[in-house]
Amino acid sequence: MTLSLSIGRLLRPYRTQSVFRPFQALLLIGIVATAVGGCAKRNDGQSNPESADAGERPNTELQGKIDVDGSSTVFPITEAAASRFRKLYPNVNINVGVSGTGGGFKRFTRGETDISDASRPIDASEFAAAVEAGVKMIELPIAYDGLTVVVHPENNWVDQLTIDEIKKIYAAGDANSSAPKLWSEVRAGFPERAIEPFAPGTDSGTFDYFREVTVGSKNSLRSDMSTSEDDNVLVTGVAGSAGSIGFFGAAYYEENKSKIRAVPIVNPETGKAVLPSADTIKSGEYSPMSRPVFIYINAKSIARPEVKLFVNYFLTNAAEISSAVGYQPIPAELYQQGIANFSGRKTGTHYLTTEGEKRGGALVDVFQEQNLRETP
Amino acid sequence: MNQSEESETQLRSGYENDPKGPLASIQLLSGEPRRKLDARFRWLCVTIAAISVLVLIGLLGSILLQGVPSLSLKLLTSGPEPDPSEAGIRPAIFGTLWVCSLCALFTLPIGVATAILLEEYQPRNRYGRFIYSVIQLNISNLAGVPSVVYGLLGLTAFVSMFGLFGSRTSQGGGGLEIGVRYYDQFFSEGMRSILVPVSDPSQSVSKPVDGMQGIDTSGNPVALKVISIGDPLPIGDELQYTLFDDAEAGRITKKSWYHFSLPLGRGVLTGALTLMLVILPVIIISSQEALRAVPSSLRDGALGLGSTPWQVVWHVTLPSAMPGILTGAILAMSRAIGETAPILIIAGIVYISRAPQNLMDDFTVMPLQIFNWISRPQEEFHSLAAAGIILLLGILLSFNALAVLIRQKLHKPLS
Amino acid sequence: MTSADSLVTPTWRGDLDDRVGKYLGRSQRSLKLVRGQETVIYAMLIASGLFSLLITGAIIYVLAIETIAFFRSDGVTFANFFGSTTWNPLLGGTKSFGIWALVCGTMLVTAIAMLIALPLGLITAIYLSEYAPRRVRNVLKPVLEVLAGVPTVVYGFFALMTITPILQWLHSGFSVYNAASAGIAVGILCLPTVCSLAEDALQAVPRGLREGAYGLGATRFDVSVKVVVPAALSGIISAFLLAIARAVGETMIVALAAGSLAQATLDPRQQVQTMTGFMVQMASGDVSNYGTEYYSMYAVAFTLFIMTLALTMVGNIVRRRFRETYE
Repeated sequence: MTLSLSIGRLLRPYRTQSVFRPFQALLLIGIVATAVGGCAKRNDGQSNPESADAGERPNTELQGKIDVDGSSTVFPITEAAASRFRKLYPNVNINVGVSGTGGGFKRFTRGETDISDASRPIDASEFAAAVEAGVKMIELPIAYDGLTVVVHPENNWVDQLTIDEIKKIYAAGDANSSAPKLWSEVRAGFPERAIEPFAPGTDSGTFDYFREVTVGSKNSLRSDMSTSEDDNVLVTGVAGSAGSIGFFGAAYYEENKSKIRAVPIVNPETGKAVLPSADTIKSGEYSPMSRPVFIYINAKSIARPEVKLFVNYFLTNAAEISSAVGYQPIPAELYQQGIANFSGRKTGTHYLTTEGEKRGGALVDVFQEQNLRETP
Repeated sequence: MNQSEESETQLRSGYENDPKGPLASIQLLSGEPRRKLDARFRWLCVTIAAISVLVLIGLLGSILLQGVPSLSLKLLTSGPEPDPSEAGIRPAIFGTLWVCSLCALFTLPIGVATAILLEEYQPRNRYGRFIYSVIQLNISNLAGVPSVVYGLLGLTAFVSMFGLFGSRTSQGGGGLEIGVRYYDQFFSEGMRSILVPVSDPSQSVSKPVDGMQGIDTSGNPVALKVISIGDPLPIGDELQYTLFDDAEAGRITKKSWYHFSLPLGRGVLTGALTLMLVILPVIIISSQEALRAVPSSLRDGALGLGSTPWQVVWHVTLPSAMPGILTGAILAMSRAIGETAPILIIAGIVYISRAPQNLMDDFTVMPLQIFNWISRPQEEFHSLAAAGIILLLGILLSFNALAVLIRQKLHKPLS
Repeated sequence: MTSADSLVTPTWRGDLDDRVGKYLGRSQRSLKLVRGQETVIYAMLIASGLFSLLITGAIIYVLAIETIAFFRSDGVTFANFFGSTTWNPLLGGTKSFGIWALVCGTMLVTAIAMLIALPLGLITAIYLSEYAPRRVRNVLKPVLEVLAGVPTVVYGFFALMTITPILQWLHSGFSVYNAASAGIAVGILCLPTVCSLAEDALQAVPRGLREGAYGLGATRFDVSVKVVVPAALSGIISAFLLAIARAVGETMIVALAAGSLAQATLDPRQQVQTMTGFMVQMASGDVSNYGTEYYSMYAVAFTLFIMTLALTMVGNIVRRRFRETYE
């Protein structure tokens, strides 16, 4: 009711209405003026789109629409691929969403999207939903994402961390002990400062992979940490207080190197502490924190020429695209195998056994023909 | 000061000097402390009022500072790109235009009709009055509901329509459809696209047959030439219509602007309907106020001349109340333009390359695009977001100015 | 009979329609048709009136169904929902769905916002209504309208980029995401609402009261604070309650600035997660299947809806019950 009073007040003429709102008019003029003035300033001289490689003109013939949804980690790669592809074929419309790996799978397994971005392989319940809906998928790895553990730049006591220490920091407490609140509980010699842990959202593949690698997929991580699917939120969080620690994809670390510091992780095989970088991730030295990211294609959509051309383009240029946005390419033979799987329409997933169990291991080991579980 | 003291003494000279008298206990107040208090309170008020002005200046200033370097024509003409120097907000601008105009189209009739019902058609019996009070209470409650809840409602009621019509696949809806033409698209060896019209969407995708009639992208009819693998490729123009016999077609759809299908999915129509839910209570309340402001003498005069109630409303009350209704509608629309949360819930698309082409098309709105840019790590995107905010504020300010103009120009004294 | 006849010698014979039509000189129009049109139009108006009831019904239906499904799933009990202060739907070994953590977050942010919006808004309203000269009104009113019209994303951006660093500079105990900066931004958002509603209430007090007080020798301060404000008290309290309802329902600012850790704390320097922030986090596609976590979003939405409903209704009751009518 009082809302009506206020709106009524707004509607009745003011006592002073001889001038046309000088303040608002001034503001409007100011904005327009700065806009016009700003136009003159920003002058990006580049006019050649990147597609002008070898004098190839964009093909305006091909048309159609491709729906992509899924992980926000893989989104930058897909977005870059879509943007480059559209320079070659401007009339193909590609829409990319970021509902998260799980949200993307939910839509994918109902047949609503053509391509699903995923930062983890499909799991058993999602696979079952796909089978039930009659959706066949082709699983294609496209890049490595190195999970980087970061701390505040002023954090000078953490020189390196072992997987066990990470487990101690992040694991949920049990009946006997709760998750540690101070750094001194993690390793003797660390100061008595409060730990402030940050983590990506729990439905992201990043979270699942981190959990699998540190505490094991059967256990849970601690409950009192701050989560967000938005990696920039995590960067800001870690950069904000000296006792904080967080983890997310290497791409976001690269972008924000000035604000946060990466922690070398001790490789359990070699015992050496390794910092994540393009080389160490690609060679496998930075282990076990690098994981592959995937795209899943709906087999029914492949028949469409636009989808076929897009996926071919994606796979052929994936190495270059992923490096450009901060990810690491997978070995070339795996790209070749992906292209072969795609041309041969080999549907199914390599990451689930026929009993429905998750198959773990390095990408080069799992992505083999004999591991392919077909969609019936 | 002296004068008041003197007057106090004079006043006290009579009765008060007698300590036992009836007026002995009266204390005359000096005006001074109260005046000082008044002056101090006035300063407090001015300071606090100045705070709001300062806050606004700070807010706008920081945004202008960050945003002006990114303002350029490119912002207005291109779509979102991973490279900040090429990114623009054009699809979002058109998305906002589509959604908000559709929203206004739906909300105004329903909102004004409800306001007319509540104000002009007064109930005559107890039940009617009860129902009216329920409706009125309901509207003022709905005005206070957070917009996220409307987003959830839109998600269930409009996007999936309670699951009644099946789910929307990437090619179309599960239920009724109009305004769609289906084609099978072949991409020839000469890199040209040939569309074969499909009359029955449930039939499977066409296989290439030599001589099959289709149309090319300019609309001219062409005939396909199908060769087997191993045959030599024709040279010259014929290559453009040549296909191998194992070529596959993809079904695409061409939708007219009035395309409609059920379930509604995550298109412009759904966004408009969800925003309608958000601003409907506001429009009802503001229209009620505008109608109330029309003096009853006008209505009574019309009734006295023998008009029916609807004639009174249509010919007398509505025209007089129209400036007020329009102003309220414009203010409600400016609220709808800035709404992010419901659109975020029903349509989470982040990379969209073109403006919406039909009623069911995917879309994004300006606040959502700004929200997405804020969430990116690169600083240039923050600057772009600030530039987008400047655009959005410019649009909102012009709406406000329009509302004031209407209020001033069209407002006629009614009595 | 000809029209000339009926004009010259009006008779009471014949059809009512006939007479009316001819007398008014218009083309004949059946009154029945007009009445039929009226009924149809009336029915349409009633339909649109009932549409708003349908909206509320739909909200309650949609929310209630999923909330019932939520309470039916494993691991959720009424005792846990209403009694526990831990909200861990997704993390941790034990899932706990104690709503109080989220409610506490909402209340903390709202309290900080109201600390800013209510006093400042009321004083600005008093100033505008009693003290301000015309020129100041011309500046201040547009400023307030612009502040009210700024989209909430902008406030969230402002809170994260400007307010938080200032707070951290003032006192180092503030974490990056904290309740205080979100609360301050929400307060700035609600301030124009409080101001305009309170000013309406103050303006509605008849001049006679003021004149009487001035005649008795009161200063402007006395009149404003001792006469006008108490007279407009019901409207002012209603304005407060509406602002509280608005702050409770605020989404984007808290999603950007307040944090994502649901804890029941009263420390404004800590992160909190409000009910609306949780809903945005869930709805941004976090959860893959229709599981308990997804239903919990609807349960939280239902709680939020009930809270804002209660606040608006109490506001209405207060306004009607305590309104003092003059003349």
